[in-house]
Amino acid sequence: MTERLHIGTHKGLFELARHNGVWDIVDVQFLGDPVSAVLPDTDGIVYAALDLGHFGAKLWRRDPTGNWRELPVPAFPPKPEDAGDDPHPWSLGKIWALEPGGVPGRVWAGTMPGGLFRTDDGGESWSLNEALWHMPERRQWFGVAGGEQPGINSVLIDPRNPSDIRVGVSCAGLWASTDAGASWQIINHGMYNEYMPPERREDPIVQDIHLLSHCAARPEIVWCQHHNGVFRSENAGADWYELTAIRPSKFGFAVAAHPRDPDTAWFVPAIKDERRVPVDGKVVVSRTRDGGRSFEVLRKGLPQRHAYDLVWRHALAVDETGELLAFGSTSGGLWISENGGDSWTMPEARLPPIAAVRFAPAEH
Amino acid sequence: MPTVLFTSALQRFLPVPSAQVAGATIGEALTAVFASEPRLRGYVLDDRGTLRRHVAIYVNGRPVGDRVRLTDPVAADDEIYVFQALSGG
Repeated sequence: MTERLHIGTHKGLFELARHNGVWDIVDVQFLGDPVSAVLPDTDGIVYAALDLGHFGAKLWRRDPTGNWRELPVPAFPPKPEDAGDDPHPWSLGKIWALEPGGVPGRVWAGTMPGGLFRTDDGGESWSLNEALWHMPERRQWFGVAGGEQPGINSVLIDPRNPSDIRVGVSCAGLWASTDAGASWQIINHGMYNEYMPPERREDPIVQDIHLLSHCAARPEIVWCQHHNGVFRSENAGADWYELTAIRPSKFGFAVAAHPRDPDTAWFVPAIKDERRVPVDGKVVVSRTRDGGRSFEVLRKGLPQRHAYDLVWRHALAVDETGELLAFGSTSGGLWISENGGDSWTMPEARLPPIAAVRFAPAEH
Repeated sequence: MPTVLFTSALQRFLPVPSAQVAGATIGEALTAVFASEPRLRGYVLDDRGTLRRHVAIYVNGRPVGDRVRLTDPVAADDEIYVFQALSGG
C-alpha cells in the first residue's frame, strides 16, 4: 500500500507519497491558487476547494482516472425580501470543510457564511441544508478571526450511522442532527468563552469552537480545540469538560483524535491569542494517551529554536492506523511522524502557507 | 454588436476569448458570453448574480454604474472590458 498525503496551501495543492521510506511530492495542482479545503476520498478521488479571491470559491474533483474537472459550487438561494435583518450574506464566501458523508457519492461541505451543503452525486450538484440555515438562532452566529462571516469548520459523521451529524461553528457552538439534517439542536454544555461578557460566557451559542475531532471507533468521544482551551466529551458533544493538563499552552487550532483509541488525541498548542506563535519559539505537538488527564510534549525532529510556525485547524491529520501523522504550518513547514508523534521528519520541500493536511483513505 | 474582452488573468482558469455578442445592456452581453462558456459566469458574477466584489467592468474606458443588476446600456460599437485588480503576495 502506498500512503498518500494531500496538502492544501495558499498557493496550490501538493500530493506526497512514500517510496522506500521517504516522503516526496509526486503531484502539484492549482499552483498559485489558494486551497481552502481538500478531501481525498476512496478510489483516488480528491476534492479540492479553491478560494480565488477575485473570482470566488471554486470546487474541483480528481476522478479515479486521474483527471481533474471543475464542479459546480454550493450556492445559496436568493435572500428573501423579509430577511432584511439577517446579518449574514446569502452568498458563498468560501468552502471551509469537506467531509465524506458515509454513503457513496455523499459529501458535506461547511462554508462561510455558515451554510451547510450536501451532495449525493459526488459533487455534481449541491443543496443547502435549509433546516440549519433557517434556524432563527443562526442569525446569532458571528464571525471570528477566520473571517468576517461565521463558518462551519467541523462536520462529524457517525461512522455507524450517516444520519447522525455534528457540526462545529466559529462562532456558534456545536449543532447536532440525528435525522440526516432534517432538524438541528445546539447541544454543547460545559464550555466557556473567556472573551465574552461574563453573563454570556457559558452560553452554548457563543462558544468559539476551533475544531472538533472524534474517535472513529468510538464516535461518542469528541475532542475540541476551543479558542480558550481544550475540551472532551464522552457523550457525542453534549457535555464537555476542560482538559487543564494540556501543555505547553491551551490555545491552538488543530486537534486530531486517534481513530481507534478513545483516550488518545494530538494538539498543536500556541501562545494565545493575539500573538499566535509557538511557546518559546519551539514547535511541539501535545499528546494525551489517558483521555486528557495528562499530556506529553513531543518535539523530536521539530524545530526548537526561533520557530514561529502556526498550525491552522485543518492542518493536522492522522491516518486510519493512528501511527501516521502529519501537520503543516503557516510558514510552510510540513512534518510527518510514523510512530504516533514520537519523532518527526520534514520532507524536502519549502511549501507555501499550509491550510489543510489530509491522508488519503487506505484502499481496502 | 458590442465586443466583450476579458483579462488575461482569467485565462489561467478557463478559455475566455473576446467575443462580439448581441445585447443592449451589460447583463445581456454577459449572458450571451456565458451561453458559450457556462463556467465563466461563476468567475465574473457571484451566486446572487451580481458582479464579484473584486471584478471590474469598464465600457469604453469608463466603469459601469450598476454592478448589481448590470443594467448599463451598451451600443453596437462599445467595448466591454472585464478585469480585476491583482494584489497581495
